[in-house]
Amino acid sequence: MLSEILLVAGKDLRIERRSRVAINQVAPFSILVLVLFGFALDADRATLTNFTPGLYWVAILLASILAIHRSVAVEAGEGAREGLLLTGLRPASVFLGKAAALIAQILVVAGVLLGGVSIFYGASIDDGLLLVTALVGAVVGVGAAGTLYGALLGGQRTRETVLPILLLPVLSPVLIGATRAFGDAMGTVAADGWAWTRGLYGFAALYLALGVVSHGVMMEEN
Amino acid sequence: MSVVEKPEARRGGVTGSRTTRLLGLTVLAGIGLLLYLAFVATDPDATQKDAVRLMYIHVPSALVAYFAFTVTAIGSVMVLIKRSVWWDLVAGASAEIGTLAAALTLITGSIWGRPIWNTWWEWGDVRLLTTLVLFMLALGYLAVRRLEGTAEERAKRAAVVGLLLIVNVVIVNRSVEWWNNQTIHQESTIAEAAIEDLKAFTLFFSIVVGLGAYFWMLIHRFRLAWLERQDERFGLDEAITRRRAEADELVGDGARQGGRA
Repeated sequence: MLSEILLVAGKDLRIERRSRVAINQVAPFSILVLVLFGFALDADRATLTNFTPGLYWVAILLASILAIHRSVAVEAGEGAREGLLLTGLRPASVFLGKAAALIAQILVVAGVLLGGVSIFYGASIDDGLLLVTALVGAVVGVGAAGTLYGALLGGQRTRETVLPILLLPVLSPVLIGATRAFGDAMGTVAADGWAWTRGLYGFAALYLALGVVSHGVMMEEN
Repeated sequence: MSVVEKPEARRGGVTGSRTTRLLGLTVLAGIGLLLYLAFVATDPDATQKDAVRLMYIHVPSALVAYFAFTVTAIGSVMVLIKRSVWWDLVAGASAEIGTLAAALTLITGSIWGRPIWNTWWEWGDVRLLTTLVLFMLALGYLAVRRLEGTAEERAKRAAVVGLLLIVNVVIVNRSVEWWNNQTIHQESTIAEAAIEDLKAFTLFFSIVVGLGAYFWMLIHRFRLAWLERQDERFGLDEAITRRRAEADELVGDGARQGGRA
């Protein structure tokens, strides 16, 4: 099964390496969001530093929506989905492979954004281990839920508008948990960051399980 | 249950029946009595003054919303297990009413909050935030129901989202509670016998009327959805038959004119 997962993830990452959508479009978009927050909050450095965790995660979620669209789009055209079905790969492997590729791309964007908040907002990190652990847990949750809902909408013409409506409320617990954990790691909020991080991993595990169970149905339908 | 019915059943289809008319009239009478109880018979609250009267629409709306979404979740499970069209339509109809009730809950709660909490919106309240996210999730569910595809595809897709709706509500509620472990919602006044008898009766009565209205709307919306499904199923066949009949008439006319020439 691991080889199947790596096969699907490798396919998506190869397409990404050739098209460079995540690096050339999604990452710049996320930085642009950070800059817009700066304009909206009157370029007040103290406010921006204080609210860095929340602003950072809103930027990640918005960028993730673009990355999920891209992940779905590569299967939408020229019979790619039918091709994937005909390979005989297990639906769970396809789900996990696509989720892994999406997670890898979001992690790259998250890394770029970390540089962005340290430069633009003057954010500093007190607890690097907590920050990285929370980041990985949250991104896995976003990637798993995003892959599941992306597969649900499949080749729908209206998926660009429906996906955010469907996904963003679902990801609100991730936003809350990751913001709290980052607040603790950056020293802006007095919260138990590790407890929130456990919650993030719980969310990720739940959505990975839901995706593994239901992806077969979704692949048949779309 | 099969979707296929005689096309004739669709013609002149109405969503009302003797039972629904009786139920509708009973609910209407109940609303009239509720208005009397809420605005005339019961006294204003000592602290909340007249704002307490909003409770008679806010509480039943909230309960109907949660009940409706529970029915949607049950319907979704039944669709996935039994591939039941009946349950798919019930789930969809119930979600529409639930969304309406959730909106009403948020609006009346906001109107109530202005004089009592001195704000239209309070971020520090778990129930408020959970209801808002539930409303958003329900809008997503309804959007999914309107996506393209065959009836069976749409039903199965909606069922997965409907099932996740409840899972998500639980997660959101837990996370919001953990995030901001407080509520400024008043505790259940009935459970604590904190309100006088007539007010308690009015509140219970409003819940009964709310549930009655829910079932009345559910039946009508279900029947409408059923007729829509029938139309979807047989509409194309009928249109083709009509076009063929028109073509036959034209060919017949042409042949007659050719014969005369």
